Amino acid sequence: MAELNPTLDTSLKVSYITGRKGYLRRKLVNVLMLVLTGAVTLLALFPLFWIIGYVMAKGGQYINLDLFTQLPRPAGVAGGGVLHAIEGTLMLTLVAAVVAIPIGLLAAFYAAYHPNTPLGVGLRFGTDVLSGVPSIVVGIFAYALVVKPSGHYSLLAGGLAMAIIMLPTTIRTTEEMIKLVPTNLREGALALGAPEWKTALQVTFPAALSGILTGFMLSLARASGETAPLLFTALGNDRFDLAKLISGGVSAGQSIFNILGNILQQPVDSLALTLYKYSQDPNINRVNQSWAVAFVLMMLVLIINILARGWVEYRAAKLRG
Amino acid sequence: MQKTIYQPGKKNGIVRKIETITKHGDRIWLGLNFSMGVVIIVLMVLIGILLWNQSAASRQEFGLSFISPFARATWNPVNGTFNAWPFIYGTLITSLVAILIAVPLSLGIAIFLFELCPAWLRTPLSLLVELLSAIPSVVYGLWGIFVFLPVVIAPLGKFLGNALGNLPLLGILFIGPISASGSSRLAAGVILAIMITPTIAAVSRDVFMAIPNSQREASLALGATRWETISKVLLPYGVSGILGAVILGLGRALGETMAVTMVIGNSISNSGSLLKAGYTMSSVIANEFAEAVSALHSQALIEVALILFLMTLVLNIIARLLVWRVSRKSSSEVRA
Repeated sequence: MAELNPTLDTSLKVSYITGRKGYLRRKLVNVLMLVLTGAVTLLALFPLFWIIGYVMAKGGQYINLDLFTQLPRPAGVAGGGVLHAIEGTLMLTLVAAVVAIPIGLLAAFYAAYHPNTPLGVGLRFGTDVLSGVPSIVVGIFAYALVVKPSGHYSLLAGGLAMAIIMLPTTIRTTEEMIKLVPTNLREGALALGAPEWKTALQVTFPAALSGILTGFMLSLARASGETAPLLFTALGNDRFDLAKLISGGVSAGQSIFNILGNILQQPVDSLALTLYKYSQDPNINRVNQSWAVAFVLMMLVLIINILARGWVEYRAAKLRG
Repeated sequence: MQKTIYQPGKKNGIVRKIETITKHGDRIWLGLNFSMGVVIIVLMVLIGILLWNQSAASRQEFGLSFISPFARATWNPVNGTFNAWPFIYGTLITSLVAILIAVPLSLGIAIFLFELCPAWLRTPLSLLVELLSAIPSVVYGLWGIFVFLPVVIAPLGKFLGNALGNLPLLGILFIGPISASGSSRLAAGVILAIMITPTIAAVSRDVFMAIPNSQREASLALGATRWETISKVLLPYGVSGILGAVILGLGRALGETMAVTMVIGNSISNSGSLLKAGYTMSSVIANEFAEAVSALHSQALIEVALILFLMTLVLNIIARLLVWRVSRKSSSEVRA
């Protein structure tokens, strides 16, 4: 019977097979693409492990106590450390934090509580856009704002540039942490007759504090790794010696403000800046030290990041209940 | 009891007046919040204005020929003739290489992270991807100079030069030979790709997260495989957000300075080849600004910064608008 109508039979058979084949093909493509996305993820993470592993192995060799406690020796003389850069990084981040934290905090309160006013929308948009401004452009801005009028490179200019880099991250994380605080708390305080500012400072702020602090730490970590904005603001200064500046000021009978002002006027080095300069140095000791500095810098950034992100996840999970 | 009750009458007149005017300090508080919000916006505007003012002489002197690809490509601080096209070209071509490599990679990561990977692996993997963006750019540069360039880029460049250097049109981009150290536009592009992949991946993942589950369920219920759901339903749904993520990554690539400066070789060459050393806008500023020989030289560099600022500004605004558009369709917020 089947031979009577061969055409129909074949077409049925064909369609049956193509259907089956089509299904198999779809299954195959599915598995293939899914495996591919996994492979791509591994491929992208490969440089991460390569960099971390290599910097740890190579930089670890040159880490010693001198690195943290000694000032640099003249080029060509072995030994010495990068104490000046450690002090410089600390001072720079301190200045950046002092400038960025109050501005960031207050702006974040505005962004969190007035998201739909024109300024609120503009502020959130402005923060997002500010975080996309290249750091080298921020450096030029700080140069034009501080270095050029004052006539010399300084810690102050570098700190300001870093503050501008820190601001967007600070504002955004603070804003998100404020939003995570349950509204009941705020409403409770307001219902008891507390004014807005008291509610914000004594109820919302403490409740969000640990999250806000981790946000600061993250933006500090990011800023301390920045080099480009410091190239022509803090410039670098391998004779920077905080202890000498302070003791010199004290013995000259200067007031604390004079000493502080004097320190702010100095050009300074940071760890990232030192790394960059040493890596270009023909002297092999300097290149080796740059690996050690890379080790320190990377560890600093990675540890802060891992701790802070872990903590944020934990807090967020806890607050959401 | 009596003591704890609020007694306005006991207060001194001036304090009461201040309290009434400021609404118990709330006006001051709101004013502070408001003014700090204004500071951020003023800051953005001020950056633009300062760059514009400080590059006035250079803008007047060279006009549009400063950025023209057809003007004579010179950058001569001694004679005071400047044309920024070689840097603009360097920035564009390295960013293009970076985007071409980074987009498929980061889409793969985003899809894997949000649609496929087991829940317990998701958080640690996201953390690792984010760490990739936390490593300072100088460390990338150092690793690039001493490890990545000799091991990967130099052989890759030699291979590309041999394989593609003789092609009719595309060949111009692959005229070798690559220098022994591997310093080249290609090196800068690849390092940039590594650096911007986490940015694009993180934003695209958030975009996937913002797509309502009903879309996935409907597609799977119709018998589509997971891949078909991803490629035919989710990608089209989130396309504007993903485009935003890509543009955001492009903005990062344009402005990235240190790693690029360290691996690109820093020379103005007449060749447009990827395998040759070059310069980008950010790296020329990084290299020359502190040692600018004349006022005009530093003004020209500030003009380069102005162009860079405007480019990233426009890209960022477009990107944010695209990403915001996706998140407006759903309840969860996507920001980058």
